[in-house]
Amino acid sequence: MSSSLVPQLPIAGAEPAGRTPTDWTTPASAKRIARRYAAERRFRLLGLGAVVLSVGFLLFLLATMLGQGLQGFTETRVALPIDLRGRLAITPAQLEGRRGDLALAAAGLEGAVDAAANRAFAGQGGAAVLSEGAWLRVRDAVKADPSLLARPFMLAVPVGSDIDVAHKGAGTAEAEAAAARLPLSRGLNRTFLSAADATDPTRVGVWGALKGSLLTMAVTLALAFPIGVLAALYLEEYAPRNRWTDLIEVSINNLAAVPSIIFGLLGLALFLGTLGLPRSAPLVGGLTLALMTMPVIVIAGRNAIKGVPPSIRDAALGVGASRVQVVFHHVLPLALPGILTGTIIGMARALGETAPLLMIGMRAFIAAPPGGLASPATALPVQIFLWSDEVNRGFVEKTSAAIVVLLVLLLAMNGVAIWLRNKFETRW
Amino acid sequence: MTGGALMLLLIGLAVIAWAVARARAIRTRAPGQRFASLPSQGGWFVALWTLLPALLFLAVWTFVSPAMVTDAVLATPDAAALPPPGFERATILSEARELGAGRSFGAFHPLARTLAPAYAAAQNRHDWIATALALLLAAAGFLYAYTRLRPGFAARTRVERVTMALLLAASLVAILATAGIVASLVWEAGRFFGLVNPLDFLFGTHWSPQVLDPRDPGANLGAVPLFWGTFFIGAVIAMLVAIPLGLMSAIYLTQYASARARRWLKPTLEVLAGVPTVVYGYFAALTVAPAVRDAAVALGVTYASSESALAAGLVMGVMIIPFVSSMADDSLAAVPTAMRDGSLAMGATPSETIRRVLLPAALPGVVGGVLLAVSRAIGETMIVVMAASGVATLTANPFAPTTTVTRQIVDLLTGEAEFDSPKTLAAFALGLTLFLVTLLLNIVALRVVKRYREAYE
Amino acid sequence: MSNHPPKMTAEHVNVFYGDKQAIRDVSIAIDQDNVTAFIGPSGCGKSTFLRTLNRMNDTVPNARVEGDIRLDGQNIYAPEMDVVQLRARVGMVFQKPNPFPKSIYENVAYGARIHGLAQGRAQLDAIVEQSLQRAGLWNEVKDRLGDSGTALSGGQQQRLCIARAIAVDPEVILMDEPASALDPIATARIEELIHELKGRYAIAIVTHNMQQAARVSQRTAFFHLGELVEYGETSEIFTNPREQRTRDYITGRYG
Repeated sequence: MSSSLVPQLPIAGAEPAGRTPTDWTTPASAKRIARRYAAERRFRLLGLGAVVLSVGFLLFLLATMLGQGLQGFTETRVALPIDLRGRLAITPAQLEGRRGDLALAAAGLEGAVDAAANRAFAGQGGAAVLSEGAWLRVRDAVKADPSLLARPFMLAVPVGSDIDVAHKGAGTAEAEAAAARLPLSRGLNRTFLSAADATDPTRVGVWGALKGSLLTMAVTLALAFPIGVLAALYLEEYAPRNRWTDLIEVSINNLAAVPSIIFGLLGLALFLGTLGLPRSAPLVGGLTLALMTMPVIVIAGRNAIKGVPPSIRDAALGVGASRVQVVFHHVLPLALPGILTGTIIGMARALGETAPLLMIGMRAFIAAPPGGLASPATALPVQIFLWSDEVNRGFVEKTSAAIVVLLVLLLAMNGVAIWLRNKFETRW
Repeated sequence: MTGGALMLLLIGLAVIAWAVARARAIRTRAPGQRFASLPSQGGWFVALWTLLPALLFLAVWTFVSPAMVTDAVLATPDAAALPPPGFERATILSEARELGAGRSFGAFHPLARTLAPAYAAAQNRHDWIATALALLLAAAGFLYAYTRLRPGFAARTRVERVTMALLLAASLVAILATAGIVASLVWEAGRFFGLVNPLDFLFGTHWSPQVLDPRDPGANLGAVPLFWGTFFIGAVIAMLVAIPLGLMSAIYLTQYASARARRWLKPTLEVLAGVPTVVYGYFAALTVAPAVRDAAVALGVTYASSESALAAGLVMGVMIIPFVSSMADDSLAAVPTAMRDGSLAMGATPSETIRRVLLPAALPGVVGGVLLAVSRAIGETMIVVMAASGVATLTANPFAPTTTVTRQIVDLLTGEAEFDSPKTLAAFALGLTLFLVTLLLNIVALRVVKRYREAYE
Repeated sequence: MSNHPPKMTAEHVNVFYGDKQAIRDVSIAIDQDNVTAFIGPSGCGKSTFLRTLNRMNDTVPNARVEGDIRLDGQNIYAPEMDVVQLRARVGMVFQKPNPFPKSIYENVAYGARIHGLAQGRAQLDAIVEQSLQRAGLWNEVKDRLGDSGTALSGGQQQRLCIARAIAVDPEVILMDEPASALDPIATARIEELIHELKGRYAIAIVTHNMQQAARVSQRTAFFHLGELVEYGETSEIFTNPREQRTRDYITGRYG
C-alpha cells in the first residue's frame, strides 16, 4: 500500500506512548471479573424475583377471592322438625301451580314454620335461627310432596345470616358456640345464581345484576360493533390522507386512553341530562360503554384489516369488483377473526367496568331483575361494589362469590378470544 | 306507537321493499342483456330510499319533539299556575312528564298531577303525528325509488355511495364522541366557574364540599389536596411498585427467560391488566388495607388509618405493572440484536449489556410506557373509591388517609344531587381537569416515543 | 512463515444447530503475524466457524460446538475459561457496522469501562485517542467526540467499531465481512487499515470477495458446505489450488 487512503495512520512502531498490554492473570483482574459475575447473578435474580413477585400477587389475589367466594356458594342449613297437621287450612288440591304458592302463603305457612322453629330451638333463638326465606323452602317441599301436609317431617332449611357466618367460622366466639349447639349442615346455595339483590345476605343472588349486565352488554355490542367495524374499514380502505382523517385517527387514539369515569360524566350530562333518558337503565349504560368500547374495536379492526395482504385486493379489483365489493366480499371476511377477537376483548373490558355505570345511576338497590332495556337495573361489577359496602358480615363471602362469577365470565370470554385467534391465525 | 315498534315496522317495510324491487329488476331484464347492477342491488337501492328518509326524520324528531310537547302543555290553562321559569318549574314539568308517561306513580307537587294528563295527551298526539309522517316518508321514498328502477339503472353506484357515506358517518362518531366529551365537560365546568372562582378551585388547599358557604362556595372547594392525593397515590406510590417490578420483569422475560417460559409468563402478566378494578378495590379494602394498618401500628406510626394511601397505591401499582412491562418489553425487543451481539462480543456480561447498551437504547419506549401507566393510574377510580378515603388531607404520610380526584367525582355525584349546585358542578370541573391532564400525558408519551426512538435501519 | 506458535488452533470442530450440522470436522490454525482469510460461497459456514472462535455461538439457543479450540494453548470451551475474558482477548467486528447509540467517545470507552482497564479519566482519554488513531478515525472525529456514533457515515461507523474492538486491547481480531456493507472507497480504507493492524493483532477475516482476500491476507482457507476444503498460502490458493473444488470456486464456476 503506497499512498495511503487513510492518511493519519501512524507507521507501525512509531506511535504515541502506548499502554502496557493487559494482563488478565493478575489477582486484581480476577477479582474484578468475579465481582462482575456476582453483579450479573444478582441482576438476573432481581429480574426473576420481579416476575415471581408479580405473578405471585396475581395468584394471591385469585386464591383469596376463590377461597372466600366458594363459601358464598354454600349455605348453612338447620334440620327443622315440622308438623303442619291441624295448623294449615289447606287441602292438597289447592297446591296446584302458582295458585299453590298464594294458597300456602294465605294459609299462614310462614307463621307455622316460625312456630315450629320456636318449638324446636327454644332457648337458642327460636324463629330467629331461620333465614327469612326458610319458609319458601318448606313451601316448595310441600308443593312437591303434598303428603307432607299430613305427617310430621324434618327439613333442612337455610339459617339466618348470623348463624351462617358463625358456622363458616367468621363470627364471634359466642355465636360460634351457639351455632355448635344446633343441628347444622352445609349445602349448595342454589338461590345465589337465580335470585336478585336483597337485604338479607342469605337470600341474595347475582342473577339480577347478571341480567342487567347482559342487557347492557347487548346494547354496547349492538352499537359499538357496527360503528367500530365500519369506521375501521373506512380508515383503512377508503380514507384519503388529509387533515380530516388525521383528526379522526387522533380522536380515536385519544378516546381509547380517556379514563372510564369521564365517559360516565359524559353519560350523565348528555344522556341523562340533555336527552332525558331513564336513569340506571341498561340502555343508558350500554350507550355509555359503547362510546368507551368503540375505539378499542376500531383499533383492533384496523390491525386485522392491515393484516389482509394487498394481493387479495388486487385480485378482486382485477376481476372487476367495485371498491365496496372488494371490501365487503373479500377484505372483511378475512379480517373478521381478528376483528372478533378484538371485539370480545373490548367487551370483556366493558363487562368489568364500574365507574361509568355508577355515574349514570346504576347503583340503586334493585330487588328484581330488570324487565327490559329501559327499566332500572344494576350490573355485576356495580353489585359487587354495593355489596362490599354492606355492614353485615355475611356479605363478605357473597361479594367474593360474585367476584368469582365475574372472573369466570371474563375467563370464558378471553378464552374464546384466544381460541379464535389461534384457530384463525394468518394462513398466508 | 312506541319507538321500538315503529322502528321494527319501518325495517319490515324496508325488507318488503327490497324483495319487491328485486323481483321487478329480475322481471324487467331483457334476455341476454348485461346488468349495470345486480337485482339485489336494485333491491337495496329501493330499501334504502324507503328506510333512510324516515329514519332521518325520526332522528330529528326525537330532538325537537320534547320541546314541542312542553310548549303544548304550557299553552293549556292549567299551566298558568306554574311558577316563573327556574328550577322549581323545571322540576314540576319533569314530574308531570314522568307521570304522564306512566314511568312514575307519585309526585310531590300537586300541580304536577294536574298537568300530567295534558302531558300524556300532548305526547300521544305527537307520537301519532310522528308515526304518520314516518310512514308517509317511507311510502314516498319507496315510490320514488321504485319508479326509477329500470334496466340499465346504475343502482349499484347509488347504493355504494350510500355505503360510503355510512362508513364516513361511523368514523365521524369518534370525533363526535370526543367533541361531546369536551363540550359537556367544558359546559358544566363553565357553569361551575361561574359560581366559583377558578383560582380558588385550582389553588385552594381546603376541600370540604359538605359545608359550603353560599356566599363564598369557593372557600371550601380548593382542589389542591385532591391533586396532591392523586399524584401521591397514582404517580408516586403506584409507580414505586410498578416501575421496578414492570421493568425488571420485562428485562428478565426478554433477555433471560427461555422461549417457552416467556410464552407462558408474558400472557400471565397481561392478566393483571384484565382483572376488573372493582376486584382490585375489594381486595385492597379487605386484605391489603388492614395489613398496612397493622404494619403501621407495629412500626409505631402515630396516624395509621385503614383507608391509607399506601394500601390503595400498592394495589394500583400491581394493576399497572403490565402497562410498564408491556411497553418496556416491546422497546427492548425492538433494539437490534446487532447491538446486543456487539456488546457481548466485547466481553460484557449480559447484565452490563442490558444496563449500558440495551436499556439506554430502549429508554424512549420505556419512558413512554411509564407516562402511559401514570395516565392510567391517575384516572383509576374503583380502587380509590373502595380502599382510599374521602377526606381530603395534604400529607406525605403514606399511612394517612388521602383522597383523589376520581374518588371525589364519585362522592360528589352520589346521593341527592341538585344538578345546579356548586357541589355537583365541581365534579365536572374535576373531570375536565382529569381529562386535560391525561390527554397531555398521552400526547407527551407518544411524542417522546416518536421523537427519541433511534432510527435503526 | 511464522516463527511463533499459532495464536489460535482449532481441531476437529463440529457445529450443530439443533439437528442440522453446519461445520464438519474443521481443523485450522490462526497465526500471530498473519491475516487469515476464510472464503467460500454463501452459506458454507465461514461465519459460523468464525463465531466459534470467540464463543459467540453461545448466544444462539440451539447451537452446539464440538471439538478442540485453543487460544495460546488454552481450550476456550473449558469450564475454567472465562468467556468474558475470552471475548476481550478475541475481539469481533461485524458485517453491518453496529455502533452503540452513544457518543463516539462512549462507544470506544465502553469496553475499557466495563473491564476496568483505565484508572481515571486521563487514562480513559488516552485509550480512546489511541484506539481511534489506530483505527484511522482520530483526525476525522477528534473535534466531535461527543457526537452520536450513529451519525457517522457507513465507513466511519465501521472504523469506529474497529476502534471499539481495539480499545479492550485484544490479541486477536475476528472480522466478519467487514467491508461488504460499504462503498468501494470505504472498503479500500478498511483494507488499508487491516494491513496496518496486521503486525499488532492476529486477524481472521471472513470475506465473500475473493479479490479482497487476495489483497489483504497471507493465508487463506476455503470453506465449502461446512467443510474446510483447502488451507494454505494465499498466493498458492489463488494461483495453484490443490483441490478441484477450490479451483472451480476460484475460477468462478460457482459462487
